[in-house]
Amino acid sequence: MIEFKNIKKAFGDKVVLNDVSHVMQTGMCNLIIGTSGSGKTVLQKCLVGLLDTDEGEINYDDRSFNSMTNEEKKELRQQIGMLFQGSALFDSMTVEQNVMFPLDMFSDMSPTDKLKRVNEVLARVNLKDANNKYPAEISGGMKKRVGIARAIVLNPKYLFCDEPNSGLDPQTSMVIDKLIYEITKEFNMTTVINTHDMNSVMEIGENILYMYQGQKEWSGNNKEIIFSKNKRLNEFIFASEFLQDAKDMRMLEAKGKIDNDRNMDELLK
Amino acid sequence: MIFFTHFGRYLLMLKGMFTKPENMRMYWKEFMHQCVEIGIGALGIVVIISVFMGAVSAVQTAYQLVSPIIPKSTIAQIVRDTVILEFAPTLVCIVLAGVIGSKIASELGNMRVSEQIDALEIMGINTKAYLILPKIAASLITIPLLVILAMALGIVGGRVAGVASGILSADTYDRGLIESFMPFNVRFGIYKAITFSFIISSISAYYGYFVKGGALEIGRSSTKSVVVSCVMILFADYILAMIFL
Repeated sequence: MIEFKNIKKAFGDKVVLNDVSHVMQTGMCNLIIGTSGSGKTVLQKCLVGLLDTDEGEINYDDRSFNSMTNEEKKELRQQIGMLFQGSALFDSMTVEQNVMFPLDMFSDMSPTDKLKRVNEVLARVNLKDANNKYPAEISGGMKKRVGIARAIVLNPKYLFCDEPNSGLDPQTSMVIDKLIYEITKEFNMTTVINTHDMNSVMEIGENILYMYQGQKEWSGNNKEIIFSKNKRLNEFIFASEFLQDAKDMRMLEAKGKIDNDRNMDELLK
Repeated sequence: MIFFTHFGRYLLMLKGMFTKPENMRMYWKEFMHQCVEIGIGALGIVVIISVFMGAVSAVQTAYQLVSPIIPKSTIAQIVRDTVILEFAPTLVCIVLAGVIGSKIASELGNMRVSEQIDALEIMGINTKAYLILPKIAASLITIPLLVILAMALGIVGGRVAGVASGILSADTYDRGLIESFMPFNVRFGIYKAITFSFIISSISAYYGYFVKGGALEIGRSSTKSVVVSCVMILFADYILAMIFL
């Protein structure tokens, strides 16, 4: 569980985060959503310590992040995995070397055991026969999967994903979402995902924090979001006519007025 | 004011490098990798520059020494001292600021922009120690070695050019090389090389590590790192000459 209270962050005069509080639950996909510039990435960077907060408190399972020494933060970070928006793979290393890097740095495993572990996680993200390829030789979706493999190779307790679906087609996005969701459940991790992707919100949003101009505007889950009356949230989530129609369908479905596809013909008459 | 901001951040960067390594074996591997990248990577250009630098020095010195009372062996002495004292350490290091400095700045800049540095930080790695320290250490070892090589090749280049163009005989040149030779000059050249290698690697690392933006900014910071390194090399050259000579 990651709990943060009254987080404030400003760059000069520009206040980017203003009094943001929320709890990210263990074993769940916790989503931070919001328009561009709403402070999602800054919030995530504050949570992992890449940026210092101006005010506020961050707790990792009741351990205060703010009062940790640098050494304690370094230890904590070995329990954190992060998937970056651009994957952030090391260009000069192969897929295998990228995934093995955290093991080389932090484990005393033998080379055989390390290779075994690398192959295990690569198989887990459905990436086989890519061990010797360089990041430049693989697709965007594969890069994301290598990024996930590298993030989970040390069995982290916390997984952060910054825009995991950016630049991916809808089908590959769903594969990545499903993978993150399965891994979260399998390893009982606290997963925090920054996203714009409405598919992700609807499919894996178990605990959603909606940010608006640096403030917490709404929180709930993917079931509650359908019925939310928050105007700003609705404008953001159901921005297009198509998505508004989809919302209406979901509401009808939830109220039992339609049963998936079965009585659609009747309804369309 | 901006100068003090940069200088303060530069000092903090240097201070930040000195922490306990997470895994000594990985640091050693990175150090060896950087030695190869910097040392072997710049070998070709150093060889070419040094030979021609010595050759041009011999020919131009002969052109200016028109008096019949000055022995021909003086040409060798002048070539030797200019190559050892100035050309090999300063000229070679200015070229290396372009070759190695821009490489360090663009490599780190690209890592920063593509979030690779953030990825390392998240893993709990001190990126200043893991990425910058091995580059500076490798430069401090390999650049002075390249400068020593440049000294030798410059003198050989002067000999080849002098003999080939009929300015002086090989025996005269060799005799001139050992006449009034001061071993301190070689030491001084090495001191300069060590100072310049620190300037090249640390300034380039600073500009690369703190780059913000995208591809354009990487190019700009790479250029800036070369310009600042060159100016600082010339400034340090003057200061060292004032102190030691």
